[in-house]
Amino acid sequence: MPSETSRLAVRKTYKLYVGGAFPRSESGRSYPVYSAKGTWMANAVLASRKDVRDAVAAARKAFPGWAGRTAYNRGQILYRIAEMLEGRRDQFATEVAEAEGLDRAAALAVVDASVDRWVWYAGWADKIAQVLGNANPVAGPYFNLSTPEPTGVVGVVAPAESSLLGLVSVMAPVIVTGNTAVLLASEERPLPAVTFAEVLATSDLPGGVVNLLTGRVSELLPWLASHFDVNAIDLTGVTDPELAAEAERAAAENLKRVVRPPQGPVDWSADPGLERMTAFVETKTVWHPKGM
Amino acid sequence: MTFEYAPAPESTSIVDIRPSYGLFIDGEFRDSIDGDTIKTINPATEEVLSEVVAAGPRDVAAAVEAARRAYQTVWGTMPGTERAKYLYRIARIIQERSRELAVLETIDNGKPIRESRDVDLPLVAAHFFYYAGWADKLSYAGFGPHPRPLGVAAQVIPWNFPLLMLAWKIAPALACGNTVVLKPAETTPLTALVFAEICQQADLPPGVVNIITGAGETGRHLVEHPDVDKIAFTGSTEVGRQIARAAAGTRKRLTLELGGKAANIVFDDAPLDQAVEGIVNGIFFNQGHVCCAGSRLLVQESIHDELLTALKRRISLLRLGDPLDKNTDIGAINSAAQLERIRALSEIGELEGAERWSAPCPLPDRGFWFPPTVFTGVSQAHRIAREEIFGPVLSVLTFRTPEEAVAKANNTPYGLSAGIWTEKGSRILWMADRLRAGVVWANTFNKFDPSSPFGGYKESGYGREGGRHGLEAYLAV
Repeated sequence: MPSETSRLAVRKTYKLYVGGAFPRSESGRSYPVYSAKGTWMANAVLASRKDVRDAVAAARKAFPGWAGRTAYNRGQILYRIAEMLEGRRDQFATEVAEAEGLDRAAALAVVDASVDRWVWYAGWADKIAQVLGNANPVAGPYFNLSTPEPTGVVGVVAPAESSLLGLVSVMAPVIVTGNTAVLLASEERPLPAVTFAEVLATSDLPGGVVNLLTGRVSELLPWLASHFDVNAIDLTGVTDPELAAEAERAAAENLKRVVRPPQGPVDWSADPGLERMTAFVETKTVWHPKGM
Repeated sequence: MTFEYAPAPESTSIVDIRPSYGLFIDGEFRDSIDGDTIKTINPATEEVLSEVVAAGPRDVAAAVEAARRAYQTVWGTMPGTERAKYLYRIARIIQERSRELAVLETIDNGKPIRESRDVDLPLVAAHFFYYAGWADKLSYAGFGPHPRPLGVAAQVIPWNFPLLMLAWKIAPALACGNTVVLKPAETTPLTALVFAEICQQADLPPGVVNIITGAGETGRHLVEHPDVDKIAFTGSTEVGRQIARAAAGTRKRLTLELGGKAANIVFDDAPLDQAVEGIVNGIFFNQGHVCCAGSRLLVQESIHDELLTALKRRISLLRLGDPLDKNTDIGAINSAAQLERIRALSEIGELEGAERWSAPCPLPDRGFWFPPTVFTGVSQAHRIAREEIFGPVLSVLTFRTPEEAVAKANNTPYGLSAGIWTEKGSRILWMADRLRAGVVWANTFNKFDPSSPFGGYKESGYGREGGRHGLEAYLAV
């Protein structure tokens, strides 16, 4: 019988996050995940094509409600995500340290930067339309206003290396503008992403706004990129150029908006700029005559 | 009472069409290296107007090389204030030659002179004038303190608004410091070739603008050329898809302005006479050769009969015929191929059970013509409700509630434009929020302005042309 000091820990089953729930893969498959040092950590879910389709369906279902929230409300929820992440600072530092092979201080810095990133994006919710929108001085008696609107359902391949900061840096800009997302977590370092889904699940984020899959990017991405109910795809985390090009070709079939993989290493601690938000908004221009 | 109109043709003496044209590369007209020739005809008479080059791959390469050289040696490094002055010059010369260009556009395209003179040409000049002013103000446009150009832009444009689409492409590209190779449409190359002369008159440095004529194959060589940094295409969704596939895996930036199947939604409280004018303008402007045409009329069930009666009465008064006649409302269909497509889809509309009504107007014996046509009893499953016809054919559907109107309007892979007709302001805004389309016209339709961004959602393409937003497509942001 274990003594009090050597109590056997209760391990977590790492699952998917789809439609606000934590299902296993319909395929029943899993794959081993190792720490940066090579120690076995857990069996993560090896998601399948069916899981991709379920996740897209959940994202589509959540889209009108999320896009229809007020910008203020979306900002509140993103800020709540920051609060929940901050509350689990130690837990994430441990997971990131193991996944990425960082020492404790470096891992804490990553978690802190991730929290701060949510705070930064939370503030954008009710400002981005003011920065990107425009009242246009047309040559005639017309009211004419351009505003950014969410593109729809966005498929995202999260960065392979940066398991938390990279993940939140591609997730937050997609949802802050009212899109919903299907994310493929880092294939080798998926555990912080799955734990992060627990943060989302406790942040008043409606189910289906973010759906998170773990597994083989090379297996899942072709289904995501060719899915006709996906409006845009972010290939940031795709490390194989041929796989990225293939995904872009598949995306052309329904003219998805595409963010190509970066040309070199990305410094995820740098100022994100607006690019990741502007990539997934559509400008809508409304005209109306002026008259008595 | 019927009004009789005497013919009022615009004189063609103002235009001087050469029997043949070369390619405009590096500031001069050149013979083709490896191209073919194609004839461009007047679609209203089927008479051959001129012979132009169908540029081959070596012609394309020469044009891209000239554009690259001009980008590196002169245009990419020129201060914005100087670029601005070139663009202002071009805008002024277009204004000076606007009647000539309008007549030429009408001869080559078939659109009524009233439209080329009063819509196309004023917008062309205004577009250059608008973007000229941005050339030295780019650091204030919201794309960072030092926005940089992309390099060489490959631009492929359609035949429905030949010179206006050229302006939408070239003006922002040049303002941002890019150089261009532009391919006009196979059936409407002539005003682009006059624009090349205008570049010469403006002393625009050689290679900044290159105009290469040709058909789809020339366009393919151009967009697939490895030394192109940017592709801007306006045309069909099918070709847009091909271009997006071809650009996959490259670093080429891409903007696409593609097809549409816009819903024009009329509520029972709409001012009926204004709505009728808006519906007519929405679908019959430019013979319906408009990607944002209001080709699906969604009418609230309670006013269906009343509206259709008024609409048909109005359509019966439209004058179809000689595009050069100043009283003409409906000109010629641009090509035999387009006429065939319109006929084929209209026949399918009948076969699928919709009821066809065409204006009782006589059609000229020569040229390509299609009468203004309305299909009633159209369901969402009908091909005439789903596919872009790109002609003077309106499909009428009905709805009962605003929710149903939104659902039907959005039930299309396209998302370029939409129209709303109602006197209720809150309903306009409620609808505008929910319509998945890049341009929403409320109590108006088919309005364009250089300061107003234009472009689609979903399979209508991506990127915006016009306004401050239009700069983004030509800057490294």
